[in-house]
Amino acid sequence: MQKVNRLQPFFENLVFERDDNHMIINFGPQHPSSHGQLRLILELDGEKVAKAVPDIGYLHRGMEKMAENMIYNEFLPTTDRMDYIASTSNNYGFALAVERLLDLDVPRRAKVIRMMLLELSRITSHLFWLATHALDVGAMTIFLYCFREREFAMDLFEDYCGARLTHSAVRIGGVPLDLPKGWLENLAKFLDKLPNDIADYEGLLDQNRIWKMRLEDVGIITPKMAQSWGCSGPMLRGSGIAWDLRKEEPYELYDEVEFDVPVSETCDSYGRYKLHMKELRESIKILQQLIPMYKETGPELMAHAPSYISAPKEQIMTQNYSLMQHFVLVTQGMRPPVGEVYVATESPKGELGFYINSQGDPYPYRLKLRAPSFWHTSILQELLVGTYLADVVTIIGNANIVFGEIDR
Amino acid sequence: MAQHKINYLAEGGLPVALTTVDKLVQWGRSNSLWPLTYGLACCAIEMMATGASRYDFDRFGTIFRASPRQSDVLVIAGTLTKKHSPFMRRLYDQMSEPKWVISMGSCANTGGMFNTYATVQGADRIIPVDIYLPGCAPRPETLQYALMLLQKKIRTESASKALKPKRLV
Repeated sequence: MQKVNRLQPFFENLVFERDDNHMIINFGPQHPSSHGQLRLILELDGEKVAKAVPDIGYLHRGMEKMAENMIYNEFLPTTDRMDYIASTSNNYGFALAVERLLDLDVPRRAKVIRMMLLELSRITSHLFWLATHALDVGAMTIFLYCFREREFAMDLFEDYCGARLTHSAVRIGGVPLDLPKGWLENLAKFLDKLPNDIADYEGLLDQNRIWKMRLEDVGIITPKMAQSWGCSGPMLRGSGIAWDLRKEEPYELYDEVEFDVPVSETCDSYGRYKLHMKELRESIKILQQLIPMYKETGPELMAHAPSYISAPKEQIMTQNYSLMQHFVLVTQGMRPPVGEVYVATESPKGELGFYINSQGDPYPYRLKLRAPSFWHTSILQELLVGTYLADVVTIIGNANIVFGEIDR
Repeated sequence: MAQHKINYLAEGGLPVALTTVDKLVQWGRSNSLWPLTYGLACCAIEMMATGASRYDFDRFGTIFRASPRQSDVLVIAGTLTKKHSPFMRRLYDQMSEPKWVISMGSCANTGGMFNTYATVQGADRIIPVDIYLPGCAPRPETLQYALMLLQKKIRTESASKALKPKRLV
């Protein structure tokens, strides 16, 4: 049994006192390439992993419980801190879930802006993935290059909403701000530049002997394994299954833009690296289509639903009734109808789902977050068995796990 | 006005020599602060951005080290949870003297927005902190400024001061 006063880890299926030659080591929670606070307990047979047990919870901050004590608008900035590499995708997932609950229709311009932010955050996330993954494998140059380009995307976010990392730029019912002057031109410049940079990364990595030796045939996830462990996003598409929620259940205007769902048939880490590069290019393609779409939209940014969403600022300042409604919405919060909703969106890491159970109160009765990284961490216990200790770092880096959304 | 007079030339000019040695040692220490690669949450991303191309931490002589034995500064970048706190204390204890701590972001300062059962309400309950850095998440410029303040602080300290144990708040 667990000794309560001792800081010894307790695992039902792991014996620490042993007679055989296996060695048990702790990987993390502080490890330069454990991507946050992952703690892996590895049982090693020589240099091969005989058993791997991921121990999570080192970043558990109680977000789901927090949601139960917050009005809906209050919880939105908290979702920033889930997948903090692509904050907007979480904001958007939550906002969309509440909008489905309220049955709101978002103005077209807001939809375009949201899609722009979503795809930009996909770009930042994938660049960050490549940067850290390459750094773990030993390619420092790629880290510096990727961060250089990532900063340009960060500048765009900053111009739009003022924040670099935690945006909260999506609101329930739309977006709070229109694009500032010159933003689209800057975006176009960035989009012109980025394909050359991606070509640079590929030039450095594709035929790189070390990179290929470290990634090829490492971390093979068969399609069946990916499905049975609940993988989604690039981890699932990396196993040859073309499943993208943007295509399967289009939200926003994803059914109006043209893009492909890249798939890798090799099922290994190298294939997933190529897949991420292709997805970057698809995001660029989507963003380029969105720029002319933005110019054709009307000026509305927030949905018109006086009982849930505050009126525009001008109206609040000039009309008494709007001001009263705004006051009630800020102090008491909106009261969605009784019901429950599950909405899944394709975040850069996979299927990000929000389940909300509303009892008609200003606070959700229960809010469940379905984070893709959680499932990608659990697959490690099957994926790591039989690999070498050095490959553990590659596989963790390749799985693109973020602890903010695993532990919540 | 100073009430006492120091004879700087006493004992063959020893006070002058000692303060000069102090300055030299602390100048060296302040310009080669090696932080630990210790990312906890969101702020770690900004910490990495500070170390990367645009903000370029290396020009301060700040190179991230992967081992607490080799590092001088612990940047607490992110939310510290109760489950993690014993590990942070252990990492801090493993660092060799002299050592300094920067608490980066609201979560490390006070628990920030996460006032829940799982988070430690301020990392200074576990280890002594030198510089508190506001923001959620602080910008890379803020971390650079914090490092410059820490350098300033180190330069005013005497070289042997680090031997005195620091106290928790």
